Amino acid sequence: MPEYDLMSDFTSPFWPWFIFIVTIGGIFWCFYLLMSQKNAGDVSEGEEAQPTGHKWDDDLEELNNPLPRWWLQMFIATNIFGLVYLVLYPGIVVFDGVLGWSQVGQYNTEMEVAEKKYGEQYVNYLKQDVATLAKDKAAITTGGRLFSTYCTQCHGSDAGGGPGFPNLRDSRWLWGGEPEHIKQTIAAGRMGAMPAWGAVLGETGTKDVAAYVMSLSNRKTAGDLQAGEEKFKQLCVACHAAEGTGNIALGAPDLTDDTWLYGSSRRSIEKSISEGRSGRMPTFGDFLGEGKTHLLTAYVYSLSLED
Amino acid sequence: MSLQAKIEKSVPLLIIFSIIVISFGGLVQIVPLFFMKSMTQPIEGLKPYTAMELTGRDLYIRDGCNTCHSQMIRPFRAETERYGHYSLASEFIYDRPFLWGSKRTGPDLHRVGGRYSDEWHRIHLINPRDVVPESVMPGFPWLAENTVEGSNIAEKMKTLRTLGVPYSDEDIAGAADKLKGKSEMDAMIAYLQNLGSTIPAVR
Repeated sequence: MPEYDLMSDFTSPFWPWFIFIVTIGGIFWCFYLLMSQKNAGDVSEGEEAQPTGHKWDDDLEELNNPLPRWWLQMFIATNIFGLVYLVLYPGIVVFDGVLGWSQVGQYNTEMEVAEKKYGEQYVNYLKQDVATLAKDKAAITTGGRLFSTYCTQCHGSDAGGGPGFPNLRDSRWLWGGEPEHIKQTIAAGRMGAMPAWGAVLGETGTKDVAAYVMSLSNRKTAGDLQAGEEKFKQLCVACHAAEGTGNIALGAPDLTDDTWLYGSSRRSIEKSISEGRSGRMPTFGDFLGEGKTHLLTAYVYSLSLED
Repeated sequence: MSLQAKIEKSVPLLIIFSIIVISFGGLVQIVPLFFMKSMTQPIEGLKPYTAMELTGRDLYIRDGCNTCHSQMIRPFRAETERYGHYSLASEFIYDRPFLWGSKRTGPDLHRVGGRYSDEWHRIHLINPRDVVPESVMPGFPWLAENTVEGSNIAEKMKTLRTLGVPYSDEDIAGAADKLKGKSEMDAMIAYLQNLGSTIPAVR
C-alpha cells in the first residue's frame, strides 16, 4: 500500500488548520473562561454569599457561591491533560506528536514483534520436510491450532469432515495424500466436478450404473449390473478409471472402497450420478503464507498416519 | 445586564448557546472526515454491488445477520491472522447503510468472500450444525425456498445512483433479468462471496 500522508489526504489544506485552530483554540478558550470565572462569587470569611436574583416559590433563592476548589483544579487538570496529549499523540493533523504514534504504526509494530517471535520457528519448520514435521510434537500442536482457526468450519474440529467435505483422518485421498499433494490442495485449492448424467442415462440407466458402482465395493442392490457396467465403461472410466479406482489428478474418487464423500446410501449415489456434484476447496496459499501452509500440511499429513 | 447574566437567566438562550458549544466537538471531529479522500473515494478496484449482491445485502439486513456478525476487521494481529487484512474506509464507499456492527456473536464477515465454497454456504445457511456441529447460529432454511423479488431492484439501483454509486443505464435495465428465477439463497451467497474481495486475501 502506498505511503499514507494525512495532510494530503484532505481535499484542501483548510481542514487541517481548521482542526488545529478549533482544537487548540477550544482548550485555551476553556482555560480563559475558567480563569475569568474563578473568583466570581468569592466571599471573605464570615460574609454571606450574594443571591443571583433567581427566586422560586417566593423565598427559594439561588446563591452565587464560588466554584469548589476541587472542581476548579480538575478542570485545569483536564486542560493540561489535553495539551500534553496533543503534544505526545497525533490529534491536530498539522503536528504528528512527539511519540510518532499511529494506528497503522502500532499494528505494524505488533506484527514485527510477532514475526521476531515466531518467524524463526517457521523458517526452521520450512527447512524440514513434511514427513519429519509430522512426527514433531510441538509442530503438530501448533499445526492443530492453525487447523482449528482455518479449517474446522468445513472439515470439522476433529478433521472428520462431513457430507461433501472430506474426512482428513483416514488415509483415503481424493487429490492424493502425499505431502506435495496436500500442500497443493491447501495452497491452490481444488475444484472437483462430477458432471450430471441424468439426462444421458435416464432413470433406469442411472439405477443400473448406481448398482454397478455399488457392486465395485461388493454391495448388492437392484439393477441390471451388466447394463450398468456397459454405461460405466462408456461414460465413467475417463475419470474413475477402468476399475473404478479413481484418479487423483482429477479428484475423481475411488469407487471400490467404502468411503463416500456424499454418503453411501443408494439414493445419494444415484443423486451424484444424475445431478452431478461440485466440490470446491478454496485457495489458502496467499492468505496463510508459506510457513503456515507447510505446517498445516504436516498436521493434515500426520492425521492420516494415525489411521 | 451583561450577556452572561442574560444567558444564565434565560433557558432558551442557555439551550442555544449550549448547542453551539457542543457542536464544536462534531465540527472538528466529524465534518473534516467529509473532506478526506481516504474516507470518500472508493479503493482502487472497488465495484458497485451487482443486482444479485445488492439483493443479497438487503436479505442480510432483513434477516438481521448484522446483529451477530460485524464487518469490520480492526488493525490487530489477533484479527488479521484470522480474518485477513484490516478493513479500510474506502472499501465501504458503496455501502448504504454501513453494516460494520460492533457485536460479534459469530465471526467477522468482512472478508468471508472466497473463504468457503458456495455449497458450504448453502448447507451452512440452511442448518449451520450440518457443517459446524458447535455452531449456535440459527438456520435460515427459507432462503432456499423463497425466490427473490425483482420488481423493485431497478428503482433501488436508481436511488443508489442518485447517491453516487456509478451504475450504468445497462446495469439498471438488466437488473431485473439477472434476478429471474434466482432464490434468496443464491442472492445471499452472491453477496457473501463478494464481501471484502477488493483487497486480495493477503495479510
